Amino acid sequence: MPVDLGLSLDLSVVWAFVIAFAVFAYVVMDGFDLGVGLLFPGLRPGEERDTAMNSIAPVWDGNETWLILGGGGLFAAFPLAYAIILPALYAPIIAMLLGLIFRGVAFEFRWRDPRHRAAWDVAFTGGSLVAALAQGITLGALLQGIAVAGRGYGGGWWDWLTPFSLLTGVSLVVGYALLGATWLVMRTEGTTRIHARRMAFRLGVATVTCIGLVSAATPFLDATYAGRWFAWPSVLLTAQVPLLVVVGAALFFRALARDADRAPFLLALGLFALSYIGLGISIFPDIVPGRVTIWEAASPPFSQIFMLVGASVLIPVILAYTAYAYWVFRGKVGTEGYH
Amino acid sequence: MYLASLDALVLARAQFGFTVAFHIVFPAFSIGLASYLAVLEGLWLATGRAVYINLFKYWLKIFAVAFAMGVVSGIVMSYQFGTNWSVYSDKTGPVLGPMMAYEVLSAFFLEAGFLGVMLFGMNKVGRGLHFLATLMVAVGTCFSAFWILSVNSWMQTPQGYGVNAQGQFVPADWWAIVFNPSFPYRLVHMVLAAYLTTALVVGAVGAWHLLRERANPGARAMFSMAMWMLACVAPLQILAGDAHGLNTLEHQPAKVMAMEGHFQSHPDGAPLILFGLPDEEAATVRYALQVPKLSSLILQHSLDAPLKGLDTMKREDWPPVPVVFWSFRVMVALGFAMLGLGLWSLWARVKGRLYAMPWLHRAAVAMGPAGFVAVLAGWITTEVGRQPYTVYGLLRTADSVSPLQAPAVAASLVAFVLVYFAVFGMGVLYILRLMAHAPQGAEPGLQPGLPIRTAGVTPAPAVDPDRHLQPAE
Repeated sequence: MPVDLGLSLDLSVVWAFVIAFAVFAYVVMDGFDLGVGLLFPGLRPGEERDTAMNSIAPVWDGNETWLILGGGGLFAAFPLAYAIILPALYAPIIAMLLGLIFRGVAFEFRWRDPRHRAAWDVAFTGGSLVAALAQGITLGALLQGIAVAGRGYGGGWWDWLTPFSLLTGVSLVVGYALLGATWLVMRTEGTTRIHARRMAFRLGVATVTCIGLVSAATPFLDATYAGRWFAWPSVLLTAQVPLLVVVGAALFFRALARDADRAPFLLALGLFALSYIGLGISIFPDIVPGRVTIWEAASPPFSQIFMLVGASVLIPVILAYTAYAYWVFRGKVGTEGYH
Repeated sequence: MYLASLDALVLARAQFGFTVAFHIVFPAFSIGLASYLAVLEGLWLATGRAVYINLFKYWLKIFAVAFAMGVVSGIVMSYQFGTNWSVYSDKTGPVLGPMMAYEVLSAFFLEAGFLGVMLFGMNKVGRGLHFLATLMVAVGTCFSAFWILSVNSWMQTPQGYGVNAQGQFVPADWWAIVFNPSFPYRLVHMVLAAYLTTALVVGAVGAWHLLRERANPGARAMFSMAMWMLACVAPLQILAGDAHGLNTLEHQPAKVMAMEGHFQSHPDGAPLILFGLPDEEAATVRYALQVPKLSSLILQHSLDAPLKGLDTMKREDWPPVPVVFWSFRVMVALGFAMLGLGLWSLWARVKGRLYAMPWLHRAAVAMGPAGFVAVLAGWITTEVGRQPYTVYGLLRTADSVSPLQAPAVAASLVAFVLVYFAVFGMGVLYILRLMAHAPQGAEPGLQPGLPIRTAGVTPAPAVDPDRHLQPAE
């Protein structure tokens, strides 16, 4: 496919980064609140659960809007990728949407319907689990390769389900739970925090194990992945990523052992960021890994520019007031909310 | 194989129709309600009368629930294009994708961002800034409507595009794309519909409480405001609908033919068919009750003007006539019922008996859901009337669908139906519970001391009316 001149090339890269940013913002922000949902069974009904819920109440649906931006941005900037990926991942994506709906309303209804609160709590955890697992499976299915026929999906209906995609699914569940646990360490006090900290240790071990397993498996999925990681001399740069993961993990456990408030959460975010950069190294510049590059999937420059004008104004504004919202609701939460 | 793909197509349409039908009612309500809230707060700031701020708090709680349901059902929509209509997405993405991205960016974030201030910030930011936040939420809902209706209108009346080597529609002139020929009409028609829908709901709630407690100042104020809205907007809506119809006749004549039930051409004056049973097989309307030449008068402003019928179109280009025919009649009938209710309220007002006319109040209660039904009927008219195309005249629905297998779509359709009815059924139940509670002198707001959130539904203690009723008794 012919690539337009430099302009198209640059715009597509810009948009790839914008969408990657939106997805990352989604993963870390909805990650910790999905994680809190995952940890709900480990918290005692009553005070502990109410506190945990209050800690994410002000921000969870703002977090989810990034998911819409990721999906909408893909449709606009890389329609071909959107058209190939979504039918290929039909089942996990629908499952994720339904899980998010269930969790979103369970979240609200548990306050309104105290008689069925236990049932809504189960729905909250169940919805969070389905959504997290489906997102992880989506990632794995994308990495392992999607069959493409012409300008559409060319594979079968269960292609997404493989040992590798299950591994990534479980890994993301574990990782989200870690974010949730460290978030609770940062934001709560008393027994909630003690429980969360205990879980954070185990989840930290599990997360590092998962990162190791997925990282070890990925280069064997496709020779191009291996090439992007191990080619000389770029290996000097790419090798920093696993090294930093080791350093980050060590700092994480030390911070947790010192009973630090914020450092565990921030370091867990760091582990996510490094894993995400690792994924970027494997995939870039493909958007449907191994099949379609960002330039092949790109909409014309006229489309991408039209959007970029708005995005370059609005995304900073959105970031500013997101930061403001987090700042307003900073500090430890009680069971009763803020006064 | 052909049969299987046909089934998948039908199922994909059913699924999309189902999820969008559920989605559309929440924005239709929240667009109007956001503006109503802005008016209430503005009146309170201008007059200082407590009744306005009480009503503001009363409706704010309902708005929060409806808005949250609009958000969660909206997330599904932004992925349904890709899951079910991937070929359509590939082909129209360069044109429609950026407009949808603008919808997400400007409107959605504006609404969601300022909603937090609107819901919880009265004590934190002061009155002026709070009012600004309320206005921004109202403006945001209108931006949403602007962009999404522009997208929808482009699918009806595409222009300003080119076609590239890969068969994609690509933008040539953004101004022409955004302001395509049917867009202004559709935007006005839809926003007025949202206002009418909200006025009918507010009026019904006011009337419901007037029937129980005639002196309740909150019920009086909301009923009176809603009836003013209805009396003013219902006639405007009928005019806007007429203009929209003429625009449709110009650009999508087959849709109007189906709406009118005109299978045959009428060279010298077409009749207006009021009712009848359209029979597509026989290409006729059975038991038609019709007024001679009236359709020509409405559509061409001349009794003897010729009107073409579906016999001038190829059969494979016909929209499903009975669906369009009936949904159009439901919409129009409800529109005139709204006008009737508005006029009745004016008459009651002139007589000085607006709050003392139980039958008017009962009628207003009965008409409470009419706006939602009319919005859905109008939406079915325009979307089914666009068939068999997704992009009118250019891209057929059958050529738009994802390479899906029927069982996959069927299973997800069942899942959507179950989850939506359970989840949104509960949500509507909670809204009705809030509405069943009469507006109080000191309406409890979303008080500090309770779990605070930036958006979404409010926690139970903040909205439990009984908690505040008991001390008074």
